Amino acid sequence: MKRFIGFIKKEFYHIFRDKRSLFILFGMPIAQILLFGFAITNEINNVDIAILDHSKDATTKEIIHRISSSKYFSVQEFISTEKDIEFAFKKGKVKAVLNFEEGFSEKLIKDGNATIQIITDATDPNTANTISNFTNAILQKYQQEMNKGITVPYQIVPQTRMVYNPELKSVFMFVPGVMTIILMLVSAMMTSISITREKELGTMEILLVSPLKPFQVITGKVVPYIFLSVVNAVIIIIMSIYIFKMPVQGSLFLLGVESVLFIITSLALGILISTVSATQQTAMMISLMGLMLPVILLSGFIFPITSMPVPLQVISNIIPAKWFIIIIKAIMLKGVGLSFIWKETLILSSMTLFFMGLSIRKYKIRLE
Amino acid sequence: MKTIGYIIQKEFRQIFRNKAMLPLIFILPIIQLVILSNAATFEVKNIKFSYIDNDRTSTSRALIDKFNASEYFNVIKDFPSQAVASSAMLKGEVDVVLEIPQYFDRDLLKEKHSNLAVTINAIDGAAAGVENVYINQILQQFNKSLQVQFNQSPQVTDRPVNIITIPSFWYNETLNYKTFMVPGILVLLVTMITLFLSGMNIVREKEIGTLEQINVTPIKKSQFIIGKLFPFWVLGMALLTMGLVIAKLIFDVPMVGSMAVMYFYTSIYILVVLGIGLFISNFTETQQQAMFISWFFIVIFILMSGLFTPIASMPKWAQIITDFNPIKYFVEVMRMVMLKGSSLTDILPQLLKTLLYAILMNGLAVWSYKKTN
Repeated sequence: MKRFIGFIKKEFYHIFRDKRSLFILFGMPIAQILLFGFAITNEINNVDIAILDHSKDATTKEIIHRISSSKYFSVQEFISTEKDIEFAFKKGKVKAVLNFEEGFSEKLIKDGNATIQIITDATDPNTANTISNFTNAILQKYQQEMNKGITVPYQIVPQTRMVYNPELKSVFMFVPGVMTIILMLVSAMMTSISITREKELGTMEILLVSPLKPFQVITGKVVPYIFLSVVNAVIIIIMSIYIFKMPVQGSLFLLGVESVLFIITSLALGILISTVSATQQTAMMISLMGLMLPVILLSGFIFPITSMPVPLQVISNIIPAKWFIIIIKAIMLKGVGLSFIWKETLILSSMTLFFMGLSIRKYKIRLE
Repeated sequence: MKTIGYIIQKEFRQIFRNKAMLPLIFILPIIQLVILSNAATFEVKNIKFSYIDNDRTSTSRALIDKFNASEYFNVIKDFPSQAVASSAMLKGEVDVVLEIPQYFDRDLLKEKHSNLAVTINAIDGAAAGVENVYINQILQQFNKSLQVQFNQSPQVTDRPVNIITIPSFWYNETLNYKTFMVPGILVLLVTMITLFLSGMNIVREKEIGTLEQINVTPIKKSQFIIGKLFPFWVLGMALLTMGLVIAKLIFDVPMVGSMAVMYFYTSIYILVVLGIGLFISNFTETQQQAMFISWFFIVIFILMSGLFTPIASMPKWAQIITDFNPIKYFVEVMRMVMLKGSSLTDILPQLLKTLLYAILMNGLAVWSYKKTN
């Protein structure tokens, strides 16, 4: 036991001696969560659009005014011919062009209807579709005002209640995601690198011939990183509560326990990576190239998992981050207890055991 | 020249000799491109829909059938009470609960007006907004069909005006998400591979101690750096080519623009990434440090590139930061050239900024590289 404690001490010395890494370890997650918490949103605002108005009468002016004063659009230019549309799109200056037909007001009064063409640059399908929906909503409201006094019978009116996030803030969606990505990558990367580093520098040989058991060597390597990651998690949780005003409806204690569990899962994954790679370079490529994009894309951090094709929904189940994101959102936003998230917790725990078991089997106590 | 040739030869040998790295460099990115491009979609589909029917009349059933028939909703449950529904929503089993009140049918016939309670799980605010739009669309259609059914077209004293909108989606009529994502993800993979490899390369020699050996040879600073970076430049271009072939063969991404423009831009862009990698390499002592710093920048570059979330919606200060993000320009250029067929003059602003960036980063990198300790 005394030997083991001595070994852990050595690891702490290693970490604290390297001031630069330490600074990076704590400074970067803070910088990232601040940056992303404020900057990233999947809302669509301030879309640059252009107007092609063939009639230039009172009605079209009113509609243009309404569109430009909404927060969704900012009218960048007025163009005069159809040819300019293609030109503007190719330059990437505007995302949509509203094309009012000739004699708009006149037709509206005489025939009862007039046409606006919404031409969108659909290279970004999501923005294109949203632009079309928003424009329709603005026009419909205007139409209703013009048609005041005409009552329509048989109306079913929905009363909609947005639960858990009534203001539809995208921070609630992104802060848990950013937190997960940071914890996962930092923990997996740190352990995998610190173990392979000993291999590459040849000091692993010395540790292997020492009286410490392989199990103790690995545990000793991991303990300091558990400590560091927990400190990181605490900082991130404090920031999300005080800076981003994330509510914690559920128990803070449970959130802490689940975070520790997730950190251990990530560290176990890091150990597994280190057992299969011989150099730091390989370890880093696996933990960065192999983990970063799948974690960002398949965890439900940005893109909803239910909209993905079925095979990908199945694959997403093996991403630990997916389960942790579900857990954080459930505790912080829905305020549920363990009885609602025991399944996710169980999955994370079994993943941890699986990673550890596999690492023990793969761990080589001899050098090749 | 001959010296550079030898260094390049050495670097290539080292890359191809490391059997563990080869699949990570060539196969992993390709697999990710093929799989992950399918994951990135903001479409809202398969909404988990449930209802509480307190009325149980033909009208209420007809309304539920409308949701059943919609491609967006999966009707998964029929709850007896609000309490059961709320608990299911807490568990994450349902996203939308529609509660049809008692006397729904009677009110509609007598008062020509009826209410419905809709509850939406809004943790993903954007998706909740879209779900709300879909629900309103279905209700509007249902209202119209009721008016027809009871033979009550709107009583017109004054004819209502009607503004007709015709949406027209250019360059991507079917709103296919993959054509949008594949070029972007390809950009990420090329950038990540070249940045990680170049960032770790020189610092590795430092850490193992072989850099000292090279420093005492007559190799010049510039020769050494060119020799180190050229192989990664080739790697980046090779990856781009493989990715483009896959984009065409598997995803059938339209390639409207000129390949020459795309390759010309990429050849300059990779220089920027290599410059950044080299710069990081010079300022760090161990591979671990180099990796953390590259990781820090790459995460920022990825999430602030406009690849997944729109830049125009970010606050002003964040938009200014994105101006320093090389990935942003690469994503823009790839999408413009591939999907819209933009020409060299159309992408000139991005090209010039990238070129300036390349000169600056490589200048800094060469300047900060010292042969002596």
